[in-house]
Amino acid sequence: MITAERKPLDEIIAMISPYKKVLVAGCGSCVAECVAGGEKEVGLLASALRMDARMTTRELETREITLERQCVYEFIDQLTGLIDQYDAVLSLACGAGVQAVAEVFPNIPILPALNTSFLGQTKEAGLWLENCRGCGDCRLHLFADICPVTRCAKQIFNGPCGGSQEGQCEVNPDTPCAWDLIITRLEERGQLDLLEEVYAPADWSKKQGAGPRKIIREDQQN
Amino acid sequence: MKTESQLKKVLAAGHFAVTAECGPPKGADPEAIVKKGRILKGFVDSVNVTDNQTGVVRLSSLAACVLLRQEGLDPVFQMVVRDRNRIALQSDILGASALGIRNILCLSGDHQSFGNQAQALGVFDLDSIQLIQTARRMRDEAQIIGGEVLTSPPELFVGAAANPFADPFFYRVIRLAKKVKAGAEFIQTQCIYNMDRFKDWMTQVRDRGLHEKVHILGGITPLKSARMAEYMKKQVAGMDIPEALISRMKSVSPKEQRKEGLKISIETIRALKEMEGIHGIHIMAIEWEEAVPQIVEEAGLLPRSINV
Repeated sequence: MITAERKPLDEIIAMISPYKKVLVAGCGSCVAECVAGGEKEVGLLASALRMDARMTTRELETREITLERQCVYEFIDQLTGLIDQYDAVLSLACGAGVQAVAEVFPNIPILPALNTSFLGQTKEAGLWLENCRGCGDCRLHLFADICPVTRCAKQIFNGPCGGSQEGQCEVNPDTPCAWDLIITRLEERGQLDLLEEVYAPADWSKKQGAGPRKIIREDQQN
Repeated sequence: MKTESQLKKVLAAGHFAVTAECGPPKGADPEAIVKKGRILKGFVDSVNVTDNQTGVVRLSSLAACVLLRQEGLDPVFQMVVRDRNRIALQSDILGASALGIRNILCLSGDHQSFGNQAQALGVFDLDSIQLIQTARRMRDEAQIIGGEVLTSPPELFVGAAANPFADPFFYRVIRLAKKVKAGAEFIQTQCIYNMDRFKDWMTQVRDRGLHEKVHILGGITPLKSARMAEYMKKQVAGMDIPEALISRMKSVSPKEQRKEGLKISIETIRALKEMEGIHGIHIMAIEWEEAVPQIVEEAGLLPRSINV
């Protein structure tokens, strides 16, 4: 999933200050899972903003809505007819959602309430971990299903570096060394021979080499 | 006159090689590096020039190598993959060769978060093993990554680092084997303080026959004080300093500790000289270059003016 964190309230208050009628729009997918932009967070944020407006005697009208996804047109379309009644939208979606909504309604400011972070997993309640960089060239099967690009601070394909000690990364001693995890799991799987391989340089052009990426699937196009 | 790597010549002739590290200054003054070079001249075969070590901005490794070359020394150009992508790395390899630099040492580099530019983007386009492979292909096949042919190949003696003291231990020799497979011709090890563990590692190295495929230079860093030893043990990842050694440093008065540190270094060198598969030493006297001539002399490694 795409993870995100809500911006500090002060920053959001400053962002919406020019507007009197604000539509607070959540997203029910990834950012709901990471408790940043789902229906509940929309409710909490909108009421915090209204309370602040009352305390500072500022005029503010809000309405809350949570789309299933802000990054897909058929869900964004639910805003048609509603969005025109507001001066701005405060979006609790990831950056992709904010931009998708803005593309459909280009004349209305869509304000980002979240800082989008990374592709990750929910490790446990209240803990999310980054484990994919979307590099476009997945080789997890060679590394015991632990991504060295994402989980090693030096994104080493032929690791670990000399800074791995007692299974921890020197850069952040709270973080396990990805290569220690890889080696341990390869050993458990009886695949230590994979460690002897010298892996070639990555093709980063699949990641970011040619600017923004796109996927075209003609079989899916109408 | 054709320039050749003195380090390569010394090792190829079967002599016990001596190299020393030389850190460039945090400024543009060429004299600082030249002065260090002059201290080392005549006492080492090659000088190893660090590349923005610990992620701290310093005069460039390549420029410092050229300044040392002009002083008649044989520099080892350290290259870390932290700051340059494959375009810049390959370009600097060609540049170094054109400027008469004949040795490179391929390293990952300390992570930028440890230095004085913690907000920098770490490049890590290649890793150190891929850099070794790249340098060798440039030299041996006159090819850059992707196969395009160079008009003329660089002349280089290609080295890498090995840390027998990092974890997991069983993997350290596999990593060395990978570096040899990638094309490393000489290896400089992490500072050796834990001789027992180093010997264990060397046994594994010999079991795999790696000592016959690559020249291993043992890393030596003289301890200046018991405090330095304690600091390194705690703060520097991949550094293994046994308690017994720290106690030994503490057992002499603070005034005598430098002397004791030198003594330990000399004992380590004597032990390394007797060890099968060790072809030399690499002295990293961090901001203490004056110690190098004394260590080399007392370890019985003079004269260094080896004509090979």
